[in-house]
Amino acid sequence: MDSLDRAFIPSGAKRCSLFQFTSFISVIGIVFLWGVYAMLLIWIKGLNQTNMNDAYGFALWIWADLAVIALGGGAFFTGLLRYVIGKDELKNIINYAVIIGFICYSSALLILAIDIGQPLRGWFIFWHANVHSMLTEVAFCLSCYFIVLTIEYLPLIFENPQIDKIPFYHKLSHNMHDVMAIFAATGAFLSFFHQGSLGGVSGVMYGRPFAYREGIFIWPWTFFLFTWSAAACGPCFTIALTKLIEKITKKKLVKDNVIDLLAKISGWMLASYTIAKIIDTIYWVYSTLPPQGHKFMDFYSNNSFYGLWILILEVVIGGAVPAFILVSEKLRCNKSYLTIAVILAIIGVSVNRWVMVVQALAIPVLPFESWTFYIPSWQEVATTILPVAYGVILIALSYRYLPIFPQEKELNN
Amino acid sequence: MSEASNHGASKMYGMVIDLDKCTGCGACMVACMAENNVPFKEDESDKLKSITWLRLYKLNNGKPFPDVQICYLPRPCMHCGGEGNHGHSPCVSVCPATATDYDLETGIVSQIYTRCFGCRYCMAACPYHARYFNWWDPVWPEGMERYLNPNVSVRMRGVVEKCSFCYHRYQIAKNNAYNNGSREVLEHEYQTACTQACPAGSITFGDLNNPKHEVYKLKQNKNAFRLLEKLKTNPKVYYISKLEWVRKLGDNYRS
Repeated sequence: MDSLDRAFIPSGAKRCSLFQFTSFISVIGIVFLWGVYAMLLIWIKGLNQTNMNDAYGFALWIWADLAVIALGGGAFFTGLLRYVIGKDELKNIINYAVIIGFICYSSALLILAIDIGQPLRGWFIFWHANVHSMLTEVAFCLSCYFIVLTIEYLPLIFENPQIDKIPFYHKLSHNMHDVMAIFAATGAFLSFFHQGSLGGVSGVMYGRPFAYREGIFIWPWTFFLFTWSAAACGPCFTIALTKLIEKITKKKLVKDNVIDLLAKISGWMLASYTIAKIIDTIYWVYSTLPPQGHKFMDFYSNNSFYGLWILILEVVIGGAVPAFILVSEKLRCNKSYLTIAVILAIIGVSVNRWVMVVQALAIPVLPFESWTFYIPSWQEVATTILPVAYGVILIALSYRYLPIFPQEKELNN
Repeated sequence: MSEASNHGASKMYGMVIDLDKCTGCGACMVACMAENNVPFKEDESDKLKSITWLRLYKLNNGKPFPDVQICYLPRPCMHCGGEGNHGHSPCVSVCPATATDYDLETGIVSQIYTRCFGCRYCMAACPYHARYFNWWDPVWPEGMERYLNPNVSVRMRGVVEKCSFCYHRYQIAKNNAYNNGSREVLEHEYQTACTQACPAGSITFGDLNNPKHEVYKLKQNKNAFRLLEKLKTNPKVYYISKLEWVRKLGDNYRS
């Protein structure tokens, strides 16, 4: 069994024993199965298994969906930088970024399939498409981009030593690599629209003053802010997971200059995004809200949970602070500061998605209604953890059997 | 377009509810549920999972006894027309599968149950909480299936539903009008179940564009208001109250 396993491991790569690996996968597999059980319960018994209600039509899942898509943004943005803009050093991290993106987007599609009340009718979104709905745009672009990610992931799978021995796959992989720039550009184009339309989902809800934003033509400002923040924070997630896999495997897998370049670009993107977000918030407070009869503090008071702290957490702690660290060469070269910065950026973008979806629904719009809160059921939690377990398993399998990190050999021999 | 020519072009069905007459008896809610086969559960204590196409709110002026005043506010779907009344309702515009539609002929926002796949985006977009999700399949007490309204389809688990202004009654009225050689549905020929059930005559229903209809006059009452007008949802449900605090509760007013 061990020799069979070794035959599938890329040559020159050192991996843990098969026993260690299967033990790790088994532990994660239990969590995965727990999530699958919850998923089946929901599909069989319906959404009454959740704690969602008529006030919370969108809840934990939609937040998870938006968050993983934002964090998966590292794939399209790194691809854009590598193949279209020509940042060649990023070839050493692009494979990993693609795998993370693949996991994030497949998870998003799975969560959507769990979240809809009539899963067997999911295809209606394509068949009876309402072209005016932001969610339609999300569905089309998300599905198309997932296909692009699959195409980007496939040549990597073909590079497995055993598959690579088959001439057809060897050549196919080679040829796919040659045309990857086209797919990277397509992916960036599609991502611009689906990240944006996810922002548009809340931004167009003119009946919800907290979420609603003015904009240009059919696009609310959130359209651009979501794309921007995904491009800024997605690479931070890629860096964070690179650091995590290095920690777990106790190996250096990517050279510092690669991480530094990605961190620097991410820092400038995050800094400019944070400025744009602050301008958007000020414009919303002073121009959009007053005609709707609302004041800024309506959304941060008279309730037991949502206060100004969440805005500070999102914009300052999760935006300005990591941007400052990542922009400063001295700070981002310090490993601890870099780790803190990418974690804060991940928190910042996740909080942004939370407030735009969940806080937006918690806030009363009718003057005689009050705030509503919800705590997710264990089925919702389990199905939200399911993609995490699935992601860990896929990364573990990919790392073990595929040459993800081109610099691994050089850095560890 | 002038009001007269607009009347010729399309109808705009709507409601005027005189809150000063409403006693909060709930007959409108019961009539609505019976007419539209609205499902209910054995345990209805969790109101956030109850389906009430027409919900009765109990409002108060926020003052302590003896100055406290109470007002009951029935809230059906507002059948918003959106700015300019072009059908850009908060919910219709967002539905990804065109499962909800704005009928330009009547101004009624419909819900196509067999097309809805339960994404609930419309619920999130509606500021009135007028849309409800079927968290369960309907279970009728034994024998009750025989009392369901055959003109209204029952809904399955996993889809959104809402007040339709008893649209099936409009279809029947239109058919009858056609069969009787008349092209026009008269005011009394199309009335919603809640309107007919209200013992206090608080609810008036009709074509807001038609000067012959009662609602046309009532909506011009100086004490008439609509909920959340500032959001420009353009609802078709008007309320009347002589009490200023009630009118002020209809929207978010700031000094």
